[in-house]
Amino acid sequence: MPELTKKERMKIPRQVMPEQNPEERRSNFKEVNLGFTEELAVMEANRCLQCPKPVCVEGCPVGVQIRDFIKLVSEGDFLGAAAKIKEDNVLPAVCGRVCPQEEQCEVKCVTGVKGEPVAIGRLERFVADYERTHTGIRTATVGAPTGKKVAIVGSGPAGLSCAGDLVQRGHSVTVFEALHEIGGVLIYGIPEFRLPKEIVKAEVEALKNLGVEFKTNNVIGFSDTVDELMGEGYDAIFIGVGAGLPYFMNIPGENYNGVYSANEFLTRVNLMKAYRFPEFDTPVFDCKGKNVAVFGGGNTAMDAVRTSKRLGAKNAFIVYRRSEVEMPARVEEVHHAKEEGIEFIMLTNPLEFIGDEQGWLRGAKLQKMELGEPDASGRRRPVPIQGSEYIMDLDMAVIAIGNGSNPMIQKTTPDITHNKRGNIVVDENTMKTSKKGVFAGGDIVTGGATVILAMGAGRKAAGAIDEYLKDPSVW
Amino acid sequence: MYKIISADFLAPDIKRFIISAPKIARKRKAGQFVIVRTTEHGERIPLTIADSNSTEGTITIIVQGIGKSTKEINSFNSGDYFTDVVGPLGHPSHIENFGTAVSIGGGVGAAISFPTAVALKEAGNHTISIIGAKTKELVILEKEMRDVCDEVYVTTDDGSYGEHGFVTTKLKNLIDSGTKIDFILAIGPLPMMRAVAELTRPYGIKTVVSLNPVMVDGTGMCGGCRATVDNKTVFVCVDGPEFDAHLVDFDTLMKRNNTYRDFEKTALEHFSCHTHQMFDAAVKEQN
Ligand code: FES
Repeated sequence: MPELTKKERMKIPRQVMPEQNPEERRSNFKEVNLGFTEELAVMEANRCLQCPKPVCVEGCPVGVQIRDFIKLVSEGDFLGAAAKIKEDNVLPAVCGRVCPQEEQCEVKCVTGVKGEPVAIGRLERFVADYERTHTGIRTATVGAPTGKKVAIVGSGPAGLSCAGDLVQRGHSVTVFEALHEIGGVLIYGIPEFRLPKEIVKAEVEALKNLGVEFKTNNVIGFSDTVDELMGEGYDAIFIGVGAGLPYFMNIPGENYNGVYSANEFLTRVNLMKAYRFPEFDTPVFDCKGKNVAVFGGGNTAMDAVRTSKRLGAKNAFIVYRRSEVEMPARVEEVHHAKEEGIEFIMLTNPLEFIGDEQGWLRGAKLQKMELGEPDASGRRRPVPIQGSEYIMDLDMAVIAIGNGSNPMIQKTTPDITHNKRGNIVVDENTMKTSKKGVFAGGDIVTGGATVILAMGAGRKAAGAIDEYLKDPSVW
Repeated sequence: MYKIISADFLAPDIKRFIISAPKIARKRKAGQFVIVRTTEHGERIPLTIADSNSTEGTITIIVQGIGKSTKEINSFNSGDYFTDVVGPLGHPSHIENFGTAVSIGGGVGAAISFPTAVALKEAGNHTISIIGAKTKELVILEKEMRDVCDEVYVTTDDGSYGEHGFVTTKLKNLIDSGTKIDFILAIGPLPMMRAVAELTRPYGIKTVVSLNPVMVDGTGMCGGCRATVDNKTVFVCVDGPEFDAHLVDFDTLMKRNNTYRDFEKTALEHFSCHTHQMFDAAVKEQN
């Protein structure tokens, strides 16, 4: 193809990614987005202006060389593009699916000023999928062995990206996971229809091929403490255990049968495969023909409500105390949810749950809200409207208002400083904790955030760990 | 994979497994539990560690086959492997020299209370054990308890062995006859634990129960195991499993334990006849 002029590039419309139609997908767990074809990918890549100073890269927490990989896509060198992404991102197939590109790289894209930004996320996803299905995930090169051992606690996005970077630098890496599968929130939290587990498994396999050792069923804090790991000869430790302590609302009736935390509901369905009961042994509330409400407005809330729909819920609601603009969920997720028939009840807050004699949830008492002055988060504070209370009939409720940090490690390792909220305190540039040789990153430091921010923290820590291992006298 | 070193029925439907799990064996303390997953399709099932041997690197669990998953566990034999065993989880029992300590085990609870009874004895307590069962053949660990405790009493609901009545009948006798009791650990079905709590409340005897709600992860991540204690929500897996019996809201707990009752029926029906036959044959063989 002859070189396109800038004008010609700008004329190409943003390519639409094919997806399963809403009617069909709301009763299956298959992935919603189907991904670009090769033609669509090249077409989309041609929209990139190849800026001399690519600002999109500034928006990427791990600094993927976006312009360069897109150039390779436009030339049809998809495997080359995959290798280019992998220089900075060990989990491209995951990030291409779950990163909020619209707030990160794509929001910076210059074509977005007048028109729509280049679909960077979709291209990343395409490239990673192409590599996986055509050659298998290829192994990056590993540096000469350094003889240093690093323990990584938690196998979610922070841990995996840290592991990938460290093993490439020649360190021996062991990842400890509390559950029976590797991947943390990628496995237990994000549903199959948004991130097929097969993809996570393939990425983990690739890390194994690089030499990363994974140990499941190890609850650090219980099975071993951080100090005991130190005693076992690890030269450095990275803690990336995530934010795994679900918040409840502390309103009456929260312990009725049928009230779940989003973590529990999603873990039962995703990790334990309850949607395939009785083939798999773990059950989950039978949503068929029922009224389900999910309280919260983040991506986890969308995941939970869309899951309940797939499990057969007759009516599935999002109940959120602010308005739709304040919802932290990605626009794409909200859009998909609406297409699937999810009903959104905005500016509404539950006051209490109502149950029957046997302890089953029967409804919730809700109160309408209006927006007042901005609060600490900069979003307008919801204020209750007196006298607006009403009862909603419900069979199941899911609380998806976020997670605190699991105190297990902090409790058993008192010399790791944490703040009031229980998050581990680190040096922002090096991710060093107050304990020599111990680094931390991801949700355990920031509180509930995104997959890519956790990965960015994991990378940053890997760099600092590498430095530290070269000269442990400097802390 | 975790190898089963030995597996034998202590009573119909109650099986004892010794499992190779060196790290857990080294670390565990009385009162802690493990989560077991039998196969790739299995549930995560919390089970109290009944004993351990750090030299051999083994732990002991005692399982009563009630639902599909526990019956399935009990279809495993020595030489087989469990897919996952994780632990030790939960807080260890609080042990000190209280003076006179009574451990009460109802049904398979006798097995669960055993390690704590041992620890209480080691801490210098005068230890009394009350083992309760429906009927004679369901009485377990009597010999082991006798080896450890200063006094052991057995009660059966039908009077076929030991004293006729419930564990609370015996406990009340002890209290009424003037035995000074400083501490009670009660483990068993919820109604039994509640009955003990109600009995001791007016006397102000410190009473602890070990709760076993439905769990998923066992690490504080899901909140599925929550219970109300002292009017506050707790996560039993990380805040317990042992709690002050006088503060536990047993009513809510009993209701919550019914959440998956219908599923359990379905699961049991799906649990193949084949397995049942093998299971029954194994029981016959051992009796
Ligand atoms: S079992 Fe999940 S929090 Fe206790």
